[in-house]
Amino acid sequence: MPVPPFRTALSLAVLSAACALPAAGFAGIDDNTVAFVQSVEPAGLDPTVSSPVAAGQVTWQNVFEGLVTIDRNGEIVPQLATGWEVSQDGRQITFALREGVSFHDGTPFDAEVAKFSLERILAEDSTNGQKALYTVIERVEAPDAGTLVLTLSRPSSDLLYWLGFPAAVIVAPDTADTNATDPVGTGPFRVAEWRKGDRVVMTRAEDYWGEAAPLDGITARFISDPQAQAAALKSGEVDVIAELGAAELFAQFENDPAYTARVGTGEMEVVAGMNNARAPFDDIRVRQALQMAIDRAQVIEAVKSGFGTPIGSHFSPASPYYVDLTDLFPYDPEAARALLDEAGLGDGLEFTFKVPNRPYAERTAEIMQAFFAQIGVTARIESSDFPAAWIQEVFTDTDYDMTIIGHAEPLDIGIYARDPYYFNYDSPEFDAAMEAVATAATPEARADAYADAQRILARDVPALYLYSDPKLGVWDARLEGVWADGPVPANDMTDLRWTR
Amino acid sequence: MTRLPLSLLVGGAITAAYLAAALTSRVWTPADPTAMNIARRLAPPGEAGFLGTDQIGRDVASILMAGAWTSLGIAAVAVALGAALGTAAGLAAAAMGGRAERAVMSLNAVMFAFPPILSAILLGALLGPGGGTAILAIGLFMIPVFARIARGAALPVWARDYVAAARMAGKGRARITLEHVLPNISGQIVVQLAIQTGLAILAEAGLSFLGMGVPPPSPSWGRMLSEAQTWIGTAPHLVLAPGLAIAGAVLGLNLLGDGLRDLTDPRRDHSA
Repeated sequence: MPVPPFRTALSLAVLSAACALPAAGFAGIDDNTVAFVQSVEPAGLDPTVSSPVAAGQVTWQNVFEGLVTIDRNGEIVPQLATGWEVSQDGRQITFALREGVSFHDGTPFDAEVAKFSLERILAEDSTNGQKALYTVIERVEAPDAGTLVLTLSRPSSDLLYWLGFPAAVIVAPDTADTNATDPVGTGPFRVAEWRKGDRVVMTRAEDYWGEAAPLDGITARFISDPQAQAAALKSGEVDVIAELGAAELFAQFENDPAYTARVGTGEMEVVAGMNNARAPFDDIRVRQALQMAIDRAQVIEAVKSGFGTPIGSHFSPASPYYVDLTDLFPYDPEAARALLDEAGLGDGLEFTFKVPNRPYAERTAEIMQAFFAQIGVTARIESSDFPAAWIQEVFTDTDYDMTIIGHAEPLDIGIYARDPYYFNYDSPEFDAAMEAVATAATPEARADAYADAQRILARDVPALYLYSDPKLGVWDARLEGVWADGPVPANDMTDLRWTR
Repeated sequence: MTRLPLSLLVGGAITAAYLAAALTSRVWTPADPTAMNIARRLAPPGEAGFLGTDQIGRDVASILMAGAWTSLGIAAVAVALGAALGTAAGLAAAAMGGRAERAVMSLNAVMFAFPPILSAILLGALLGPGGGTAILAIGLFMIPVFARIARGAALPVWARDYVAAARMAGKGRARITLEHVLPNISGQIVVQLAIQTGLAILAEAGLSFLGMGVPPPSPSWGRMLSEAQTWIGTAPHLVLAPGLAIAGAVLGLNLLGDGLRDLTDPRRDHSA
């Protein structure tokens, strides 16, 4: 039946009104709030407890603050400490603490609180996922309310940097145990509501010690599906996507003046970790062969629409210490076959590939599976719910053959020296290289030590090194102050403002 | 001779075409459905292969064919499982009557109350996703459907005079069920088999879409759809191809079911 013209006009009018509505109804510009996409919902909101980065991505800087912090350029800047002095022998750091800071519940911040926070990380029963970064601290003392003294077991060139990280935020003794569900920090926003599975609503903390945040409130929206993320931004339901989940959706925003689309540097290294303690991955030749089976450039093209850099070790190309080691085991299926043959696996190899159900991981795994097939290796893909099931199976129980995950923390090459860590990689040579990084006296020595560490991993291949990808950020063009780069996996919303 | 219903012919032809594609895919596809070619990715239909290539350069037509085997296979086994168990339960309920019948039908109602996709996800979490889990999940959800139909169709048969005669001749309930009841209700079961297979294909696609179906690289229509989501703007053929394949298969089986009903139902005038 042909539609009468007036009805067409009417439905067009209704349609356009419907299209205009969400923009007016949801836009944060009217009530001075911002909603941002957070793809993984954390199990708890306390960044000092859970090991995946999701908790910090919601609350770090927005709700919780540290003695020092890392700014958008990756620099260490003072926060709850106004300054610090490192002793001559490098084994003592004395912090001068800020006065007049209080938690959202009114608890004052002082040296005792700071001491509590750090000792809590180091405690025997600590559940801090990054504890290993801080174990160099031997003793924490609070000689007076405004001074904190850390005594180290050896000089450490990067402790200060790690103290700026989400895992080292300052928490109050009375609320530490409930922070996961009811976070109380010193930041410019306080958590008003956590609707599980949907959002965390944060409102401006009125008695904030520093300059008040320009926004009245921020909301983290948990949307994992890339298509849904893009749709939410277009409908005005969210205002910021710090990391768009699918690169192929990026182009449409690049050409639209209503949005700012930025390719920012990230610290993410996507690696396929192997269980180095389990046969056949305990054989270095097998790991090297599998590395040679993968054409990283093609993986990046297919998974990330070309946005990304192949890596040959566990290091971000954005780092000044980066060494390009992709030539060590380039794509060479023939050589890979030969090496497998040498390892006695010429007839083929079959293993389980535990893949977290994140789009980038699933896609990369499927392509790797096809590359493995080319050298006669069968990878059985097994989906694992992320984060809960994956953390348990791979991270905690290390009950897996091969897995794949993006490591988002910067300078996290030290994880290979941790015991235990899910790769089950054990190399005294690598541990010594990390020791050299920690005790490096000069920037040059530090760079050399990092280079050594990268080379050892590139040779030993405890994980297949795949790619590092940029942060594809998209946000409402009327917003100012969004972090384009990602020196820390975070959504720092404290300096965002609406313009126009 | 009565004319065959049109729906039977069309539905039968469509279903036969899918079956042929599925069977052919075991021995021949235009290209290897798992062979990627990233340099030739996202080629539109006609340019590379009959239906173009997907996001990692695999031939879409070949994946569709191989996917037909996966979908039809899982659907057929699941429906066979559900039909066998469900029909048996329904026949038993009708034969026994009384408390036993009420117990069977109550259990049936409880199973009916569970949303199939949710139960499938639960099963997936318990057993791990995969073809077997999908078969079990879909099959279980088919049981109550067949149980109801079998019982409903069997009850009037039990009231027939020839059943009464058989009882008087000393035949047991089991024997009567096999010799008299089952042959009389088989038409309705066959109709339901076709319709439920269509639903099972839809369910399998839904499960694969949610990542609960066969794992990669086994081709699957549902996973094709799920992977194609973000490409809908740039390469719409990636969404259209599996979408139309699923819709066509379900349409064919439903038409076939309708046609079979027209053919077997004596109360209907199918010459009209």
